[in-house]
Amino acid sequence: MIIASKKPIEEIIQEITPYSRILILGCNECVTVCEAGGKKEVEVLASALRIFCLSKDIEKTIGEHTLERQCDHEYLEEIRNIVDDYDAIVSLACGVGVQFAAEKYLTMPLIPGVNTVCLGANEDRGLWTERCQACGSCVLARTGGICPVSRCAKRVLNGPCGGSTNGKCEISKDTDCAWQLIIDRLKALDKMEEYETVAPVKDWSTDRAGGPRTVTREDVKI
Amino acid sequence: MPDINTSEAAFEPRIIGFCCKFCAYAAADLAGSMRISYPASVKIIQVPCTGRIDMIHILKPIEDGADGVMIAGCLEGECHFLQGNLKARSRVEAVRRILAQIGMEPDRVAMFNLSSAMGPKFAEITAQMTDRIRQLGPSPVGEAGKKSRNAA
Amino acid sequence: MSGYVSDSRLERVLKAGHLGVTSECGPPRGSDPEDIKKKGLLIKEYVDAVNVTDNQTAMTRMSSLAACIHLKLLGIEPVLQMVTRDRNRVALQSDILGAASFDISNMLCLSGDHQSFGDCAQGQNVHDLDSMQLVQTVRHMRDEGKFLGGDTIKRPPRIFVGAAANPFADPFEIRVPRLAKKIACGAEFIQTQCIYNLDKFKEWMRRAADRGLTEKVFILAGMTPMKSVGMAKYMKNKVPGMDVPDEIIDRLAGVEKKKQAEEGINICVEHIQELKEVPGVAGFHIMAIEWEEKVPEIVERAGLFPRPDM
Repeated sequence: MIIASKKPIEEIIQEITPYSRILILGCNECVTVCEAGGKKEVEVLASALRIFCLSKDIEKTIGEHTLERQCDHEYLEEIRNIVDDYDAIVSLACGVGVQFAAEKYLTMPLIPGVNTVCLGANEDRGLWTERCQACGSCVLARTGGICPVSRCAKRVLNGPCGGSTNGKCEISKDTDCAWQLIIDRLKALDKMEEYETVAPVKDWSTDRAGGPRTVTREDVKI
Repeated sequence: MPDINTSEAAFEPRIIGFCCKFCAYAAADLAGSMRISYPASVKIIQVPCTGRIDMIHILKPIEDGADGVMIAGCLEGECHFLQGNLKARSRVEAVRRILAQIGMEPDRVAMFNLSSAMGPKFAEITAQMTDRIRQLGPSPVGEAGKKSRNAA
Repeated sequence: MSGYVSDSRLERVLKAGHLGVTSECGPPRGSDPEDIKKKGLLIKEYVDAVNVTDNQTAMTRMSSLAACIHLKLLGIEPVLQMVTRDRNRVALQSDILGAASFDISNMLCLSGDHQSFGDCAQGQNVHDLDSMQLVQTVRHMRDEGKFLGGDTIKRPPRIFVGAAANPFADPFEIRVPRLAKKIACGAEFIQTQCIYNLDKFKEWMRRAADRGLTEKVFILAGMTPMKSVGMAKYMKNKVPGMDVPDEIIDRLAGVEKKKQAEEGINICVEHIQELKEVPGVAGFHIMAIEWEEKVPEIVERAGLFPRPDM
């Protein structure tokens, strides 16, 4: 899922300075699971902002609402009737939700309340780590189910590089060397002979490099 | 006549005290039956375990004008529900960080640990908290809150 | 001219069966070429080719290509080091042609240290290709005479292509398969990371020879003389992929501070003498960064001077 982390409150306080009626808009999916922008986080942020305003004698109205998702038209429509009560929205959804809301409510300033970080998994309570870079052409079948694009700092496709030490990446002792993981997995799968197959030059045109990407399914279009 | 709003002697802190049923609240009861007096400034709210308290429960009282919030739970390692008091501590720390970020004194929120047998300790921590809040003065929210309520 | 893939002197020396000798220079952190020219001239007669590093440790320096051109114009044969960290396939192919236009005939293909080590830690990295794919690319441009995109190259580059190998990196068990892979991609010479653990290196060579790899590629053993026991300790503890046995540290610690540099050179020369006897070792890559003035002494004492007449 998409992993995000809360923006510092100081930054949000700065951004809402020009506005007096602010809606904190949460999302019930990814940002709820990574505890950055769900209903709970909306409540806490709203309360903190109110405390700030009250303590500094600043007049602002802070409203709260959480949608199921902010990346679907139907859900964003749900706030159509309350949107006019506000002059800005702080969206705690991922970058997708913030933008989709901005497209839907053209004259409403949208302020992101979280930093969208990566596509990842919930490794442990309070720990979310990157697993996918959305390169658009998945090679996981060749690498024992471990992605060299997202988990190798140099995204080498024929790794490891010379900096791998004790199973860790040269950039940090806390970062696993993706290629060590791949080799371990290939061994476990009894597929070590595949290691010597040279991975060809990658087609990055399906990655960010190729421009904003689109997926369509003609068969489900109405 | 002394001006109530500016006289320090007249400031009676309003503190919300979340107390877990199995230790802190029991200790409060014990203090009562031992006839040990403790400040009336702490309004006690019983919770089954301090682990029940979420960040919003600490922030809301402050938003509504409380001068301080204290959370009292079992001694670490002896929580009736095993780790509830540890979770509470993490959340208290998180709220203290938020307060610092929005320019409020983090010391307005504090966590204490004690056992049900520690009647005198209960009196001690409530006195300690009251003193601390008295030093910090009324919450900046409280005053603004009062002003806006009076204006309306 | 037949039988040679390039005009490289290094290629000729190695294919004639002599032990090849290469060394290394780092370009300056500025635009004055005098320093690198001086270093090049210092070692010119003692080596077959000089590697020029490419923004090593991700510290921004004068480009390797420009520095190679300066050396080439002085009659010194360069080895263009190219990392994949900073350039996409367009720029890589473009720089290869730029090098070939000056008849620079040797290249070493590398991934490059992560940019977080250098002076632009906030920058992007590219890694459009990895080092193995870069080797393939050079071979493709040279042997097929075509760009990666398929079009024909006018005057294809004639470049003798190499890759790096680190017998000491983790995991050890794939070090030889990795070598095999680089050869499969088209590497024609290998320069290894600097060697201090001779036993481990010999084991790696033995495994490579067992697989017939030493017949297919020229392996140049990397040697870096230690300047002091401090340097030895630093390399042991702080540099990833480096294996420095305690004997080396003890030996350097056993002499007084001002004699340690001399002892470091002694160790280097002894190691070269020992490794000359190892089957499959085709030469030596002497890396004495910021100590280039010692290269002539090392080459001479190791019995590798004069360089063969080609």
